[in-house]
Amino acid sequence: MAKPPPRSTSRDLARYAGLFASRTRVMTSSAMRDLMAITARPEVISLAGGLPDTSSFPPETFAAVTNRIAAESCARALQYGPTEGLEETKACIAEVMAAEGMRADPEDVVITTGGQQVIDLVCKTLIDPGDVIIAEAPTYPGAVPTFSSYQAEVVQIDMDGEGMRVDLLEETLDRLDGEGRRPKFVYTVPSFQNPAGVTLSGARRRRLVEVARERELLILEDNPYGLLRYEGEPLPTLYSLDGGVYVMYLGTFSKILSPGIRLGWVVAPPPVLEKIKVGKQAADLCTSTLSQLMVQAYFEQGHWGDYVDSLTELYRRRRDTMLDALAEHFPPQAEWTRPAGGLFIWATLPDFIDTTDLLARALRENVAFVPGSAAYLDGRGHSSMRLNFSGSNEDDIREGIRRVGKVIEEQVALFGTLTGTAQGPAQRPEAEATADGESGARVLPMPRRGDAGRRAGGQ
Amino acid sequence: MSRVAVLKGGRSLERQVSLRSGARVEDALARLGHEVVSVDVGLDLIRRLREAEPDVAFVALHGRDGEDGTVQELLEILGVPYTGSGVLACVCAMDKVLTKHLMVDAGIPTPEFFAFSETAFRDLGAAEALPAIEERLSFPIVVKPSSQGSALGVKFAATAADVPAALVSAFSYDSKVLLERHVAGRELAVSVLDGEPLPVVEAVPRDDHFYDFESRYDIGATDFVCPAQLPVGVAESVREIAVSTYRLLGLAGFGRVDLMLDSADGEPYVLEANPIPGLTDTSLLPQAADAAGIGFDSLVERLLELAEARPAPAN
Repeated sequence: MAKPPPRSTSRDLARYAGLFASRTRVMTSSAMRDLMAITARPEVISLAGGLPDTSSFPPETFAAVTNRIAAESCARALQYGPTEGLEETKACIAEVMAAEGMRADPEDVVITTGGQQVIDLVCKTLIDPGDVIIAEAPTYPGAVPTFSSYQAEVVQIDMDGEGMRVDLLEETLDRLDGEGRRPKFVYTVPSFQNPAGVTLSGARRRRLVEVARERELLILEDNPYGLLRYEGEPLPTLYSLDGGVYVMYLGTFSKILSPGIRLGWVVAPPPVLEKIKVGKQAADLCTSTLSQLMVQAYFEQGHWGDYVDSLTELYRRRRDTMLDALAEHFPPQAEWTRPAGGLFIWATLPDFIDTTDLLARALRENVAFVPGSAAYLDGRGHSSMRLNFSGSNEDDIREGIRRVGKVIEEQVALFGTLTGTAQGPAQRPEAEATADGESGARVLPMPRRGDAGRRAGGQ
Repeated sequence: MSRVAVLKGGRSLERQVSLRSGARVEDALARLGHEVVSVDVGLDLIRRLREAEPDVAFVALHGRDGEDGTVQELLEILGVPYTGSGVLACVCAMDKVLTKHLMVDAGIPTPEFFAFSETAFRDLGAAEALPAIEERLSFPIVVKPSSQGSALGVKFAATAADVPAALVSAFSYDSKVLLERHVAGRELAVSVLDGEPLPVVEAVPRDDHFYDFESRYDIGATDFVCPAQLPVGVAESVREIAVSTYRLLGLAGFGRVDLMLDSADGEPYVLEANPIPGLTDTSLLPQAADAAGIGFDSLVERLLELAEARPAPAN
């Protein structure tokens, strides 16, 4: 085998550092990323990922789909496709959107390489360095590096059990307006939010859409989990309330079919969509034709809804298992959300626990979660954690939560010893029901802005 | 030409950095014409080493197990010569509390400190001594785990109220922690190669960021100046102190000594010594060697020669 050509060694740093774009300066790896690398080891029970359970997908269905493509559209599957995506796949997207009460003109849809590409393309289209993006606090950790790479200034709006505080959003918009700044868009995951697990109430959805109209403000509605509802009645999407004037809609097949096929989509007003298409062309020409034909063949079998139902059953049990385990193993000082759908629970611990350090300790017990600070761009969140319940079986969920609970208990006891306030078992408050009957998502103890930097080691 | 087992990865929190150090060493070894056996350290370490029968092991591990004497002990048992320091030096250097006690005894300047084990708080009520300590050190106080090689778990306590949470964080990494006087000033690192000091590197954090785990390994977060712009006399005394520390701990092959140049009194204070400094493309030792005209390949070759020249462990 031929040896690779020798690589230069002298002055490696100087050689490359001078070439990096200024935007890569903010794309730093973090302690967390290095810690997360350890979570991938097989002996670790990882409650950290956002993985759907693909093991329940029937292999015979997969075989039938691929056989059909081989027999009927082999050459096409292997070929480039149009940038905006295949018409037949857009028909499948229309079906998925109809299942959540939305109708979108196929002309307004671009099929993307996963939902993540939508976030990237929307930023590419709208964001100049220093522009403001509004997001929830906490926000989707995967959007953080995207926002950073476009050098956006992200302003995060606090949430409670009913999702984003739209009143605070309005206050923030007023403040920004006073500074002569107009946010480019509001990024929100209204249903079963990642990472907080809370859902924007019906009243707030209507108000948010009104605010967008009044202020001519674009919204990017990220809705990966809307169909994964375990209880309660579906709420209208922002897109359906707005009719697609100010709301751009992000959908994906990742959580209802497979993240491996990398298929998502965006619905946006035509002028924005034109720019997004140009951006996509530059990024990757088109989304995988093979993946699009797989979705099409799969949808033609007519059972995609049944599979989503089976996932819903599976995840509901896992969520309940995690909630039971949390009640059993987390100390009374901890609080957590009770999501009515989606993949995540957000737990907040006493202020003196830094969850990045806790993760280092937890990894010694072979269990992992996402530290809360990954979901903030302003240094908050270090007493919170995101816990995923879709990617582990019930035994692992119970054992994983038991282990995390054990290390938290140790730290609580140690803090008590250090402060001479050894804390006895406090009474846990009962879950409160919220206005929309969203069953019991407790008011979120989200860290406030003023908290940042107050603690030792605050950034 | 030798058959070289490159030990990297492992379960330490610095696994990723170690993988990068190891990969870079492997490239250099291949260019130098050596046979490389790449070993991601795990449960099969002994079996892999017995199978590979290497002439020498290049230890590119950082943090727990790799840098604290554990792997070195195993290599002694197997009779495989290895790069860098021996067991005792690793044990001493990885333990900041031990290192600092040795330095105090030897008259090497190091910031005033107090060290505690978790049991001191749990069983002996050490918390009651905290106010006295806080008075002696004055704020801000740095709280850090004794053994963590990177800046993970290092916290600043600005007031007494911050101390308990900072201790909880530090105890996440080690059962022994230290509270140290915070030295404000310039951050310097002196790498030592076979007992000789290399040019001083200064780490200049951007945007007043604490020189933390993140910036330590990332291009762009920190600027490194090598050689550091220091008056000749200061640079010399910093290098001398670093070599004294290296000798005191019995380090061999290479090592890196991290210091603060106190802006208040202009004196250098040693914070810690690293028995296996990072060898990534952003690490300080390769930069310092480069500034001294020693390219990365030469550095790797030199470390191998030193390992092979050492008296073979009893087998």
